[in-house]
Amino acid sequence: MSDMNEILQAENVSEVFGGLKAVSDFNLRLERGELVGLIGPNGAGKTTVFNMLTGVYQPTSGNISFEGESIVGLKPYQVTQRGIARTFQNIRLFSELTVLENVKIAFHYHVKYGLLESVLRIGRYFQEEEAIEEESRKLLKIFHLEDKADEVAKNLPYGAQRRLEIARALAAKPKLLLLDEPAAGMNPQETKELMDMIRWIRHEFGLTILLIEHDMSLVMGICERIYVLEYGEVIAQGTPEEIKSNPEVIRAYLGGE
Amino acid sequence: MEVLHQVLQQLINGISLGSIYALIALGYTMIYGIIKLINFAHGDIYMVGAYIGFFAITQVHLPIVPSLLISLVVTGALGMLVERLAYKPLRHAPRISVLITAIGVSFFLEYTTMYFVSPTPRTFPAMFGDVAVTIDSLGGIVINGQQMLILGITAVLMVILTYIVQRTKTGKAMRAASFDTETAELMGINSDRIISITFGIGSALAAVAGVLVGIYYNSIDPLMGIMPGLKAFVAAVLGGIGILPGAVVGGLILGVVEAFVSGFISSTFRDAAAFAILILVLLVRPTGIFGKNTKEKV
Amino acid sequence: MKYLRKNDLIVLALSLVLFAVLQGLISGRVLSSFWQLNLLIIGINIILSASLNLINGYTGQFSLGHAGFMAVGAYVGVVLTTNFHVPFGLALIAGGIAAGCLGFLVGIPTLRLRGDYLAIATLGLGEIIRIVIMNIQYVGGAAGFKGIPHNTTFAWVFFIMLFTLFFIKNFVNSNHGRACLAIRENEIAAESMGVNTTKYKVMAFTIGAAFAGVAGGLFAHCFYIISPSSFTFMQTFNYLIMVVMGGLGSITGSIAGAFVVTFISAALASWPEFRMIIYAIALILLMFYRPQGLFGYMELTNMGIFRRIFKKGGTPHE
Repeated sequence: MSDMNEILQAENVSEVFGGLKAVSDFNLRLERGELVGLIGPNGAGKTTVFNMLTGVYQPTSGNISFEGESIVGLKPYQVTQRGIARTFQNIRLFSELTVLENVKIAFHYHVKYGLLESVLRIGRYFQEEEAIEEESRKLLKIFHLEDKADEVAKNLPYGAQRRLEIARALAAKPKLLLLDEPAAGMNPQETKELMDMIRWIRHEFGLTILLIEHDMSLVMGICERIYVLEYGEVIAQGTPEEIKSNPEVIRAYLGGE
Repeated sequence: MEVLHQVLQQLINGISLGSIYALIALGYTMIYGIIKLINFAHGDIYMVGAYIGFFAITQVHLPIVPSLLISLVVTGALGMLVERLAYKPLRHAPRISVLITAIGVSFFLEYTTMYFVSPTPRTFPAMFGDVAVTIDSLGGIVINGQQMLILGITAVLMVILTYIVQRTKTGKAMRAASFDTETAELMGINSDRIISITFGIGSALAAVAGVLVGIYYNSIDPLMGIMPGLKAFVAAVLGGIGILPGAVVGGLILGVVEAFVSGFISSTFRDAAAFAILILVLLVRPTGIFGKNTKEKV
Repeated sequence: MKYLRKNDLIVLALSLVLFAVLQGLISGRVLSSFWQLNLLIIGINIILSASLNLINGYTGQFSLGHAGFMAVGAYVGVVLTTNFHVPFGLALIAGGIAAGCLGFLVGIPTLRLRGDYLAIATLGLGEIIRIVIMNIQYVGGAAGFKGIPHNTTFAWVFFIMLFTLFFIKNFVNSNHGRACLAIRENEIAAESMGVNTTKYKVMAFTIGAAFAGVAGGLFAHCFYIISPSSFTFMQTFNYLIMVVMGGLGSITGSIAGAFVVTFISAALASWPEFRMIIYAIALILLMFYRPQGLFGYMELTNMGIFRRIFKKGGTPHE
């Protein structure tokens, strides 16, 4: 069933909270290297989809497979270790730690030295720590945060915090990156730069990207395919051109009860 | 028959002790319900209540009911004062900061009291010692006067509390604030005032429990509140924290379990039983007997 | 990165100088036996507060069961030295391992709890440990265990303390320690960055418990008799005060906290109520005006005046 190009597939996934269907029969298929958008009105269930894909919530029914293997039942950290990293809509940085530390933490799974090596500072400790430091600074540079490396994360301006979230997610070395409203709270200039950044990291890191966004200029500008969610159901999918002219989508966005 | 008699007698003892826990647990649960704080100092409020009752009875030579009322009012005011001075400034601080403050308040009440009244235990005058009812139909189990007093006063206070919470405007505001403080404020409820009243009522109930324990065990000391305070918290968690009937049921269950453990196993394991219940509840059903499950939003 | 090794050497050298001075004061009988004992207690308390800080400060898991683990280490230690004549060092290690194992076993279920629930559950656990010990007649029950050899010397305390501090410092500045910090800061984000949060909470808890066990062994061998009443949760509160005063998340803070609190306790030994009233007021005022403690997340090695001696290697927890 799964071909080499497919990276993620969600089949008939539903999530029920206390009798309320937050997402029902959700289907999604991502191919390697795609940049796909997930849009929909507030409360449509977009973040719930992300939470199911990353193991934060377990789907009530349905299956999610990543690289041909089911990831249902895995804990969030296991999903991340398989190669899916994410950012959060309501920023969740390690706010009392420095910008550099925020990024270093995300290398967690890729560090191989053990407990004894770390407390005695022997073996691979210094070598690996130096490598992490270097890679972290490289990531910070991509996101224009290199001169803020030693600042405490909570003191960063909003836009910088969003960029740090992406940098941190990349440090986990994902194959699939999930971005939850990366442009929220950014001004048009920042959004424009962010679009370029997202395009660039996709090629540079060979990523597949799924993003939730309200800013239509961003979604239409960079996504190759778009899924539209309303009341927990997919009401449309297709290229930006198709979505723009889809009557269902226009109805969902422009109202009309 | 002998065993049955023993069981029934321990049940009576357990319910009496459990009523005390229930009175303290009510305050815990009300306070937790409204500001999500484990008020570590609550057990010490109960201790202060016991001392105020003690001095009213022995120094001012008041009868039991006026002494209870004085203790109730003064300790209630003390609870409100503590909230105003120590917790209110930390309304928006991290919960751990408030918890540490509560530990500080607890120490403060214990050792200031100790400084003024000395660490030696005080002997409560014997009361109702000669009153006792023997129920022959149940194999001659004995309910003594102090137990009757505890059960009677607890029952009266429960009725009054239920009335306040269910029928009065303040009670409705308390329930609203406990459900969702922010929304309650938007609805025009003065949450500072409600929190203050909650501390007042909770402390008053603890004070009564303190005086009753003094009468029951004849002895009070400045550190007497530590263990009952912790156990009342266990009772509140057992019943479902924030839920008033839960605190009462939790208190009664805890009292009965303790009575059985000390009656049939060994009194040294009494305290361990309470903590074992706590850990079991937290692991198996952290929301308690009457609690509902909620999911954290991500 | 090379600076790190250099910093360690400077700290180590300064520590040895300090040791020589203090040992000189003891050998030269400059200190009274009361203050000699208190010097031991300060060292032991530093181990206890630093290990509690690993759990409460760095990992953000509010535990109040430290005295219980200390008790396990103490009792395992004294049974081994007194009844089986095991060498002191081995007995301390055995006590540490026993406390660590217990920490591991109880940590797995209880660390699922959060915040104040965890606090009260660990407090209960500590009390259960104490009550169980009180009911074991083999170790003397409530009356206590008598005839303990007086094995704890200043050198034992000092070097174990030094080891503990280096262990915790290096742990915190490693991949493992960063995982713990991440849990403290934001558990959901930590999990989403690939951190197995349960594993690291249990790891921090186990390491903390093990050091508490070793400290318990050192503590017990300062006296002829120990009893379960030395290990109540009031004792845990004592260490909590040290950690909170010094700063949740600062090793320098734990050292300072242990020193100040032990010193005040000793100085006010004849006025126990005053001592506790002072603690109480200090705790409350601290929460009002400086909730992060005296040192916050800072360490001595990266503060103003010391910056020149201790060049920074980019790790603020160093």
